[in-house]
Amino acid sequence: MRFITAFLLIVLAAAQQAVWADAPDGAKLFAQNCAVCHGETGSGGIGVPLSLPSFQATVSNQYLAATIRHGRPGRVMPAFTRLSDAEVDAIVRYIRSWYHGPVPTYTDAPVKGNPEHGKQLFAEHCAMCHGADGQGGKGTGVTFSRPRGLPIMPPALNNGGFLASAPDAMIRAVLIHGRAGTPMISFVKAGLTKRDIDDLVAYVRSFRSTEKTSAAGSVAGLQPDLIVQSPYDLKTTLHNLTQAIDSDNFFVGRDQPVEYGLTTPDKANPHQVIVYFCDVPFLNKALAIDPRVGLFLPCRITVVEHEGKVTLMAVNPEVVSKLFNNSELDELCKEMHDRYLAIMQEATL
Amino acid sequence: MKSRPWLASCILWLGLFLAAPAQAEGLLMARSQQMFPEAMTTLQNAITARGYTITRLQQVNENLAKMHFKSDMYRVVFFGKYDQIDRLTRKYPELIPYLPLSITIFAEGNQSIVVAMPPRALEEMFPDPALKPVFEGWQHDYQAIFDQVRETTGF
Repeated sequence: MRFITAFLLIVLAAAQQAVWADAPDGAKLFAQNCAVCHGETGSGGIGVPLSLPSFQATVSNQYLAATIRHGRPGRVMPAFTRLSDAEVDAIVRYIRSWYHGPVPTYTDAPVKGNPEHGKQLFAEHCAMCHGADGQGGKGTGVTFSRPRGLPIMPPALNNGGFLASAPDAMIRAVLIHGRAGTPMISFVKAGLTKRDIDDLVAYVRSFRSTEKTSAAGSVAGLQPDLIVQSPYDLKTTLHNLTQAIDSDNFFVGRDQPVEYGLTTPDKANPHQVIVYFCDVPFLNKALAIDPRVGLFLPCRITVVEHEGKVTLMAVNPEVVSKLFNNSELDELCKEMHDRYLAIMQEATL
Repeated sequence: MKSRPWLASCILWLGLFLAAPAQAEGLLMARSQQMFPEAMTTLQNAITARGYTITRLQQVNENLAKMHFKSDMYRVVFFGKYDQIDRLTRKYPELIPYLPLSITIFAEGNQSIVVAMPPRALEEMFPDPALKPVFEGWQHDYQAIFDQVRETTGF
């Protein structure tokens, strides 16, 4: 028995060494999952500037880990549910490597305050940046290809991910100390009392009962395509389609077989034709909301002749939008969905 | 019942060994340390190195500029494999709106960002088991392309 125990201990020790050798690499994980939005050195961009000392001085490790786990539903930051706990911890350690001050810890105990008074204070001091209902600033981040008006996007305080990650004590600390280097000032220095601060915290916490953000995520089970049957032949349908696109104030670009560029023109399947079009002002508006909308570009409807039937097909923008985790973009994609359908229906009248 | 801590340890370690690898959620995204022209070259090389043909480069910022909208460099790269797309679109015409494949690239200051819809999402949308290997192949290639873009530095 002793021999077996000793043998197992040796095996376990070797296994532990192997695991340590393969311990999650926080820098690598950050580069893979976070740097695209937060910058490779945490300087920010679409995401919060994680290396900002005033940010690091007011957030706990638990807050960072919970934020990675919960994300910010509808506000671009995804919930990283596939990362292991060890990987999340490794990312948090890496983020902390940029900071050499004391790391705060917070109790989960609720702060007692008067939310009604907090609501008045919020309207007076906070709503101009965080929105009347704590919905946060508009647009996507700071730089990300396009100019932004603020050095940091005001976070959505009514977001389920934020409320699940930030304890009351942390919200209070941010209100007391502010965040140097951002428009978030110290409200103690601005003249609010400790009781006022507590009332504000109580009001922010009350958003939990009203927040409506829905998690981004799975597209399983949703209709990925918009499909409309045409009573006409391929040539007539194409003609009708370009007219319908034009009448909906889009600029008709070009039409080409799906296999264009993959083979010689004589071999490309002539029964699958893509019609490209664009509404440039609409595109500009979409890019301001989320610069990643290139996934939808250019607008296109494909006419397919298959087994004697002619069909118009397009990506369902409402479904693809779910991958962006951006509720502002969801609204625009609903509009695009309706415009696609209107064009397809007009072309097949 | 007799306590067996060593057994619990074994199970714990086994769990750690079998843990799923890290995967990003939502869109596939990567930041390149290269400026846009170099990152664009890296991206195209990464795509063609995996046997794909680039069919078209959509010039987004030029179209915006024609109407006096400002934007940094912005392109959509379309690509595919003829045999694969020909076979798939004949058998699964519902895939056509998502083909050819594409990756978006745009400048962010002195760096660049690449974005794409993960093929894994197509697997969720089109759950036909016969398509699973196709989507998994694309997912693998996309990951490799994005890793190459992320890790390539210099000119």
